[in-house]
Amino acid sequence: MLDAMGASSLEDLLRDIPAELRLGRLDLPEGLSEFETLQRIRALAGRNRVYEDRLTFRGAGVYRHFLPASVAAVMSKPQFATAYTPYQPEASQGTLQAIFEYQTAIAELTALDVANASLYDGATALAEAAVMAMSHTGRQRIAVAPYVHPEYLQVLRCYADGRGFDIVELDESMAIGPETAAVAFQQPDLLGSMIEPAGLVEAAHGQGALAIACVDPISLGMITPPGEYDADIAVGDGQQLGLPPSFGGPHLGFIACRTSLTRRLPGRLVGQAWDGKGRRGFVITLTAREQHIRREKATSNICTNHSLCALGAAVYLSYVGPDGLCRVAEAGYRNAHILQSRLTALAGVEAIRSERPFFSEFAVKVPDPVAVLERLDRAGILGGLPLGRWYPDLDRALLFCCTEVNDDDAIDQVVEVMSQS
Amino acid sequence: MTEPLIFEKSHPHLSAPRLPAGSKGQGEPLPEGLRRRRSPRLPRISEPELMRHYSRLAALNYSVSEQFYPLGSCTMKYNPIANEVAAALPGFADLHPYQDEATVQGALALLWELERALAAITGVDRVSLQPAAGAHGEWTALRMIQAFHRERGEQRDTVLVPDSAHGTNPASAALCGLKVAEVRSAPDGRIDLGDLEAKLSPRVAALMLTNPNTLGLFERDIRTAASLVHGVGGKLYYDGANLNALMGICRPGDMGFDAVHVNLHKTFTTPHGGGGPGAGPVGVKADLVPHLPTPTVEREDGAFRLDFDRPASIGRVRTFLGNFGVLVRAYTYILAMGGDGLAQASEDAVLAANYLRKRLEGVLELPHEGPCMHEFVASARGLAAEHGVRAIDVAKGLLEEGYYAPTVYFPLVVPEALMIEPTETESRTTLDAFADAVAAVVGRAGEDPEALRHAPHGLPIDRMDEVSAARRPVLRWLPEGDTH
Amino acid sequence: MSSRYYTETHEWVSIEEGVATIGVTDYAQSELGDVVYVELPPPGKELGKGDAFGSVESVKAASDLYAPVGGTVLAVNEALKDRPEAINEDPFGGGWLMRVKVEDGAADGLLDETGYQSLVATEGSN
Repeated sequence: MLDAMGASSLEDLLRDIPAELRLGRLDLPEGLSEFETLQRIRALAGRNRVYEDRLTFRGAGVYRHFLPASVAAVMSKPQFATAYTPYQPEASQGTLQAIFEYQTAIAELTALDVANASLYDGATALAEAAVMAMSHTGRQRIAVAPYVHPEYLQVLRCYADGRGFDIVELDESMAIGPETAAVAFQQPDLLGSMIEPAGLVEAAHGQGALAIACVDPISLGMITPPGEYDADIAVGDGQQLGLPPSFGGPHLGFIACRTSLTRRLPGRLVGQAWDGKGRRGFVITLTAREQHIRREKATSNICTNHSLCALGAAVYLSYVGPDGLCRVAEAGYRNAHILQSRLTALAGVEAIRSERPFFSEFAVKVPDPVAVLERLDRAGILGGLPLGRWYPDLDRALLFCCTEVNDDDAIDQVVEVMSQS
Repeated sequence: MTEPLIFEKSHPHLSAPRLPAGSKGQGEPLPEGLRRRRSPRLPRISEPELMRHYSRLAALNYSVSEQFYPLGSCTMKYNPIANEVAAALPGFADLHPYQDEATVQGALALLWELERALAAITGVDRVSLQPAAGAHGEWTALRMIQAFHRERGEQRDTVLVPDSAHGTNPASAALCGLKVAEVRSAPDGRIDLGDLEAKLSPRVAALMLTNPNTLGLFERDIRTAASLVHGVGGKLYYDGANLNALMGICRPGDMGFDAVHVNLHKTFTTPHGGGGPGAGPVGVKADLVPHLPTPTVEREDGAFRLDFDRPASIGRVRTFLGNFGVLVRAYTYILAMGGDGLAQASEDAVLAANYLRKRLEGVLELPHEGPCMHEFVASARGLAAEHGVRAIDVAKGLLEEGYYAPTVYFPLVVPEALMIEPTETESRTTLDAFADAVAAVVGRAGEDPEALRHAPHGLPIDRMDEVSAARRPVLRWLPEGDTH
Repeated sequence: MSSRYYTETHEWVSIEEGVATIGVTDYAQSELGDVVYVELPPPGKELGKGDAFGSVESVKAASDLYAPVGGTVLAVNEALKDRPEAINEDPFGGGWLMRVKVEDGAADGLLDETGYQSLVATEGSN
């Protein structure tokens, strides 16, 4: 090839690089065969403890669910997995139509008008929603209800510190005023409790602020979606829609809003279009909002999003359908309530916030959380998450989670281990 | 060939598949007022029909698995299957991010090793693996630079970006509340040092640069540019979009860059997924290390732990530990390639680009003198003037020939730009066939420009009416008669 | 019809009895291509001369709009919501953007027809 182009050597092609910048040798080990590579990788994987689905009672943002085999099968189709962002619609209809279907499914789930093609995760989706609210209202303050996922709040603060907006945490006094751009809340909240969103939405709208609902997509198979309580923007994390926990990612963030906010949405939007022969197809549209055109005036800097994960979520939602999604939600709800009532009947286990309805997670106080978790672990059970890591006043609390994959045997085992104190 | 929407294939009376039901016990009913009023109108479809739907959709895509994908700036190289096997191992895929550290030592070891490997490749001190994509990495790096200046009580509100930069650079700066000033390209396509010097001031927080630049040219004066920016107290940020040209050849850290982001979905062979998920790790030099996102992975006495106690950290840029599944794939690739293999990959990428560039001499205009690095920019300016055939028409013609199109109209500094990046995983046979295809399309521009202006034909759809789509956007399906 | 004045950013203004009608020029619309969306300020908004007051978008580009004159927004062209293509079809007529209440002398310092045409001639040759 060098001969064909009349170059004397590869060095000749690299001649623009100053000699003092040239690296003698890249300080990494020699390459390996595929066999040896996977042997090394398997050894690393083998040093991790994997809990059975049915014995996992920990959630707080990442959940074990039944994963239909069809989801992974579609996601691993190389025509989806190894395509780029669909810039050339004629050669990308598969991805474009799949995203259009995903957008529809998210809009239906949240009962809002429009959803984008996906974001990175639930936390960055919340931050992007906050930015939308600030551009829309021209205000600089986001009020956040109690018990929004602490990592979501940390990400929101990181965005706020950069762009220069305020985050205020709402206490009982409801500090919502004419300077508030949006009120953000999580439903159900981190402790699994269901809040009354209508009051917060009304308070926000009363001050000309937007209402941002951060929601659990599985719960929406059963409980009131953001559009039904008049929220303006809904965000959340889509891991539960058919994706494995994978130590926290990759999953996807979703965002949906009312039509009037469409042009403030971050990232890609796929829309319907027609070709010269009258055939329906799909294109990336309303691109003048995006960074590659609007540059520093774009609604967001996002470019690559989580398209393949969005595809997976769309497959999941089609697989389960509306009734199936409702059943998955109801099974988690039922399991959690059965486990909660049996645990709180044990001596020394105390319910926390038992006056509030909860969905599929609940917190209980135990005398010695570390000892309880160790005993559960010996029985192969991943027990509730110790909440002391985020809330010093909840240092004896464990946040338990149930989904449809926990069965009666598993619940019996947890109760039995926890009754031995 | 088109495929109905999955919603249009829904059978209204089809029941849900059998799903795990959980406990057989009686739970409590949902309190009044919490139940959703209207069921979401999701499709009701059988698994065979579902699978067939997505198989048909998949067949409508061009992808690296089936087509040469010379999309400039995107590094669409082959994605090894072993990466997928690795990421799907239950020891990774089934881990909960909040498991006890003692139960995830293998995962933490992988993160620790990957961090060291990326630091060695880019020449930095530490790396955060948290950012989820390139633009997210850019923003993370700027947040750290911002924190660095703030800690010193300095008011720096301006970021310099070259006029050839990716749109994400100015957009990331804006998301940090920073102002953007453009630095001109010189006639040779490289940064204009005079213009850079004129724009430097104590207000400058950083210069964002990619090297090789978006024209595929190595910025020869990078060390001078770095000392100029450092001279006024600014930092240098490296956009890793073009790192595929440099592995084992030279390192951004040695050029004077203080912060570097890397696209694992470009250089490190994790699949692009039709628009993600990727990962955009950010490496920094020692003075920015205190500002790295929380947590970091540390090793003590042979055990790995997460460090959350980092008082000068910018905080968290996403939940958990980043796109772990993507990180596993990239680490698998690095292990398999080794230092020698990565260097070979970059050398081959440079070779492939120069070979293709040579083959296209006289076919398309090549506005900048070679050699190029891993990619180059051609221009259809001549075709546009002579035949009214623009870069987009050439791109569509190439789709007809069975190739994905080069990046068009970028960078903005070249009129009718066609940005071509072949990558190291393409054979000479493929490059030759592609060069012949480009020549054929250019030939058609002279013979029948009108046909090319309406290309492509024979793909699933023809050119779409994007204007009407944007004027009256339809962004979701609605049932017949429902105007929502 | 009163005479039109122009800005270097390709807006036009025509003032009659203290009311300025503002739009973008034929050159601007042809450079931008098919207009798909226009963002305009709410009536009642106070604008200073040179303020960015909105934007106009095509499929692949977006341009900010700058007020040729200062004053209070009286009305915006509501028809553009459904038919932004009016800007391409009739930029000086049905494609007008907004009307602004102005003071005397508001057009001082703007380009006249000849000045604007020579500006366009220079830009077009670049």
